[in-house]
Amino acid sequence: MDISSDIHSQHISRQFNQELEELKTHLMAMGGLVEKQVQDAVAALLEGDSALGRQVVDNDRAVNDMQIKIDAECTQVLARRQPTASDLRLVLAVIRAASDLERIGDEASKIARNACELIDGDNGSRGFVEVRMISEHVRRMVRDALTSFARFDTELALKLVHEDEEVDNEYQSAMRSLMTFMMEDARSISPVLSLMWILRALERIGDHANNLAEYVVYLVKGMDIRHTDPDDLDAEAIARKG
Amino acid sequence: MGWRRAPSAGHRERALESVFTSSPATAGGPIIDFAADESCLAIEGLSLAYGETPALRDLTLRVPRHRVTAFIGPSGCGKSTLLRALNRLHDLNEEVVRRGEIRLEGQDIHAPEVDVAELRRRVGMVFQAPNPFPMSIYDNVAFGLRLQGGLRKRRIDDTVEWALQSAALWEEVKDRLRASAWTLSGGQQQRLVIARTLAVGPEVLLLDEPASALDPISTLKIEELIRNLKSRLSLVLVTHNMQQAARVSDYTAFLQRGELVEYGPTQTLFTNPRLARTENYITGRMT
Repeated sequence: MDISSDIHSQHISRQFNQELEELKTHLMAMGGLVEKQVQDAVAALLEGDSALGRQVVDNDRAVNDMQIKIDAECTQVLARRQPTASDLRLVLAVIRAASDLERIGDEASKIARNACELIDGDNGSRGFVEVRMISEHVRRMVRDALTSFARFDTELALKLVHEDEEVDNEYQSAMRSLMTFMMEDARSISPVLSLMWILRALERIGDHANNLAEYVVYLVKGMDIRHTDPDDLDAEAIARKG
Repeated sequence: MGWRRAPSAGHRERALESVFTSSPATAGGPIIDFAADESCLAIEGLSLAYGETPALRDLTLRVPRHRVTAFIGPSGCGKSTLLRALNRLHDLNEEVVRRGEIRLEGQDIHAPEVDVAELRRRVGMVFQAPNPFPMSIYDNVAFGLRLQGGLRKRRIDDTVEWALQSAALWEEVKDRLRASAWTLSGGQQQRLVIARTLAVGPEVLLLDEPASALDPISTLKIEELIRNLKSRLSLVLVTHNMQQAARVSDYTAFLQRGELVEYGPTQTLFTNPRLARTENYITGRMT
């Protein structure tokens, strides 16, 4: 059956309501921090702000701590409440989502480290157009994934699954143009490689946002759409299920 | 309230009509079905009432062979009533009125030619509180065999050992078979009762809250036993403990107010039930 975003506040045990509510709140807080980390990491590169880059690297510890805290809370709920049905799916989705958010945090940190190297090397702004374009796309994906999680919005989640394909195409095209730079000018190899790592990190962030969207479908519909080709997903059939 | 007189046949007919004609149709939730050759028990259109109080409303389901089927639901939902109907324990209550059919391996259990004692041998029952007879461990298990008569002592000895082994109790009692059954712990007594039931070779074992009076370790032993027994017979379990239903059953039926709400594979029912009523009950939500 379909569930709505307020379903986890209707238990006879108010304490249980509160515990599940806290899981969602803490995941959203982690999502907010991770979203900002990605934004700051890209800003550090585009604006040449290495201090901001170092701050992103430092903040990654806070992201890791949040994942550990959320995991511990989920463990407590599993041990004490033995949740079933949509409650169980919520706990599983939160554990998985926290793991993907932590990986997005790692990618942001990777972007920031490479940005600091590029800034220190003073290598101009070649390839920044591609980074700007893809970063805007994946940041929107992360934001939409978190929104779909907060609202239990499977329609939005399914849109993201298709968007990830677009990001992959943009990434491939950016890589091709960066390779052309390298072939044209051997001195650009080192900075272009750093840019490639950044683009690779952005592309991975898109993959993690896509994973978050898949967890929303699992949470709301009870359907596991991981490892399913996006073209094989029947959005109408998923919407009807419930 | 005074004693109610056993109602006359005419009264029972009227009660039946007035109770059941007003009963709502079953919830109509998605319900799993088994082919006739996969099921041991088939319940069709079963309604049952205590006097004028309806307890089961137009239930239709089949119980699969060599599987554990759990009936869950809130107090008063009719799950124990349904279980007791399966070996005609309601026959003793004059007030009970019934409509619909129960078939055991294709045969109507209420047909006039059915011998109730034989039915209860084929469909054994274990209750919530262990109820060993006030006699030795051996005599408890041999009781049903002796009632059947015609068996030699050697054969009875073998069957008692087999039943105690099947009930995972043999190792604990083999050196004190002549001791009183009352010397056993609660968990051992419950396994003794299961051995007593197994000794007469039932095809179906009905378990009504078999572990609710036991400590967690004894409960796990009973659950392990239930799991092991399904290769030999079909089991139907009534339990308030949803985790227990989730742990040991293959299929779960959720009943509410005498209706069958949802019936499906346990793994689906506890992770992704189809109906909101089921979801609300198993997750402890207000309805």
